[in-house]
Amino acid sequence: MQDINLDSYASADKELPYLDDLSTLSPEDKARMLEVGIVLDSENQRSGTFLQMDNTPVHTCATQKGVEVMTIRQGLEKYAWLSDYLWKAVCKDSDKYTAHVEAKQGNGYFIRALPGVKTEYPVQSCLYMTKGESVQDVHNIVIAEEGSELHIITGCASSVEKEGGAHLGVSEFYIKKGARVTFTMIHRWDPGVVVRPRTGVIVEEDGLFLSNYVLLKPVRSLQMYPAAWCVGKNATARFNSILIATPGSEMDVGSKVFLNAEGARTEIISRAITTGGNITARGYIEGNAPEVKGHLECRGLILDGGGIIYAVPELRGTVAGIDLSHEAAVGKIAEEEVEYLMARGLNRTEATATIVRGFLRVDIEGLPPVLGAEIERAVQASEQDVM
Amino acid sequence: MLEIKHLTVAVGKVEILHDVNMTINTGETHVLFGPNGSGKTTLLMTIMGFPRYKVLKGKILFNGKNVTSLPLDERARLGMGMSFQRPPVVRGVTMRDMVTACLSERANEENIRQMMEKADLEHFLEREINYGFSGGEIKRSELMQLLAQKPLLTLLDEPESGVDLVNIALIGKLLNEILGKDCPIRDRRAMGLIITHTGHILDYVNARTGYVMLKGRIVCEGDPHEILRTIKERGYSECAICRI
Repeated sequence: MQDINLDSYASADKELPYLDDLSTLSPEDKARMLEVGIVLDSENQRSGTFLQMDNTPVHTCATQKGVEVMTIRQGLEKYAWLSDYLWKAVCKDSDKYTAHVEAKQGNGYFIRALPGVKTEYPVQSCLYMTKGESVQDVHNIVIAEEGSELHIITGCASSVEKEGGAHLGVSEFYIKKGARVTFTMIHRWDPGVVVRPRTGVIVEEDGLFLSNYVLLKPVRSLQMYPAAWCVGKNATARFNSILIATPGSEMDVGSKVFLNAEGARTEIISRAITTGGNITARGYIEGNAPEVKGHLECRGLILDGGGIIYAVPELRGTVAGIDLSHEAAVGKIAEEEVEYLMARGLNRTEATATIVRGFLRVDIEGLPPVLGAEIERAVQASEQDVM
Repeated sequence: MLEIKHLTVAVGKVEILHDVNMTINTGETHVLFGPNGSGKTTLLMTIMGFPRYKVLKGKILFNGKNVTSLPLDERARLGMGMSFQRPPVVRGVTMRDMVTACLSERANEENIRQMMEKADLEHFLEREINYGFSGGEIKRSELMQLLAQKPLLTLLDEPESGVDLVNIALIGKLLNEILGKDCPIRDRRAMGLIITHTGHILDYVNARTGYVMLKGRIVCEGDPHEILRTIKERGYSECAICRI
């Protein structure tokens, strides 16, 4: 994966004005945000909204009692203890991108569900890059307190006028005892944008972290390898990713999970399609406690147009009594399957589209219908790029 | 009407079918017997238009139209349908997707539900097609898709194989509905060609004509029950001798 020279980008330090009314955004920007699941005209199906444009959070609100949505700087002012969570799940010196975010004191969202609170609708957060060749430095923290349930949809996108730029996003998740978090992230970049998310998750006893990552549009370069540590008994982390690499796109995407407590569970599932871009699909599970279970599944489809899919599933067990497995398959659409559908009256294009749609359909347990619908919508919208 | 005239078919470089002739009139169902490897499935796949099966000589006429060179999907849209003996698993594609495709413009929740109920597959709607299905479930699923497709010509490859006695009655019922056996004969339009090894399906389907295929040739044509009785009593060796 190519190195990114961050010095080649302009600074985007200009503060943007706070927006009380998001419906005043341009139709083009709203349309882009809608593509990544961010609804701004009618927020009644959201428990809260956070919008950051370049490096300025321009809107925050929480509409459900017990759910907090604010900027990380506001959070640090409000809660002194929040500093204890900063750079705990992601090391600031992990690489030059985390160091850049730290040096720039990147702002971002702080979302928290108070103990026992369950979100009726997802909280939506949008990290948006406007025009110009600049760096967006973001630092987010999510805390799900004991027994809470928090659903988040994050849409990261660049404006239609964007020519290039770099998105650096550090996200730290803390899932307390018995809490559940579903985090659905849809990215919609442009062919000139480079993206380096850095994510760490700590899951305590009986906690659940469910991540869904969807990237179906071109990107110049994406590299991410979120890590989850299941530190409490029966903690669970699941990662699903759906990727389409069009010509010119370079992606190195994976997930790693450390099962450090008895009974911890994980499942890492990725679906990757290339129509000409290159994808490295990684997965790493480490079992460090008895009775843990992990499964890694990576499936890749190379469609006409070439491209490379490189699947790297890795398992590491350090104690007896663990159950780790993986399966990986990279190939083409089986002609037999296409013909089966054609025998039902679909033409070749329709049959192929149906198979591709099915390939990208990941059965996500525990995902609220509204988030499932957003993923389905994003997948359907990408069909013309694939076909 | 389906007319097969002097059909010679190869798979790769191997000629499998030799000078096959057959006519199925509108509203009729015929059955095809033959030992393993005799070319029965090749005949069905060729009629349906699978590209792997190359017609070297002869032609296939469907309701007067020469379909010999027509692609598979166009034949399906003309009214040909086929149930597969071992259909592929298509990961991610659900039963709902398949029924929707088969129903085409008639696809709606009510029609989909009706189809699933008829095949006793209500709980399979969101299941991936053929993934983890038992033998009986595959057969019911295949027939249910045909029921939704409403073909004029139904090609069935061993619909009763691997099916228990309870399921075979349901399969017979579905089959009769597909073949329009509830209609008065004069109004019946649907045609069928069924491959059977055991002949069990004859207890449920009223077939008019039977054929025996040996080494890629039709060697016998006649009453299907009589043919079945002969095969049971004397085996296919009698068919070979009879031809001589």
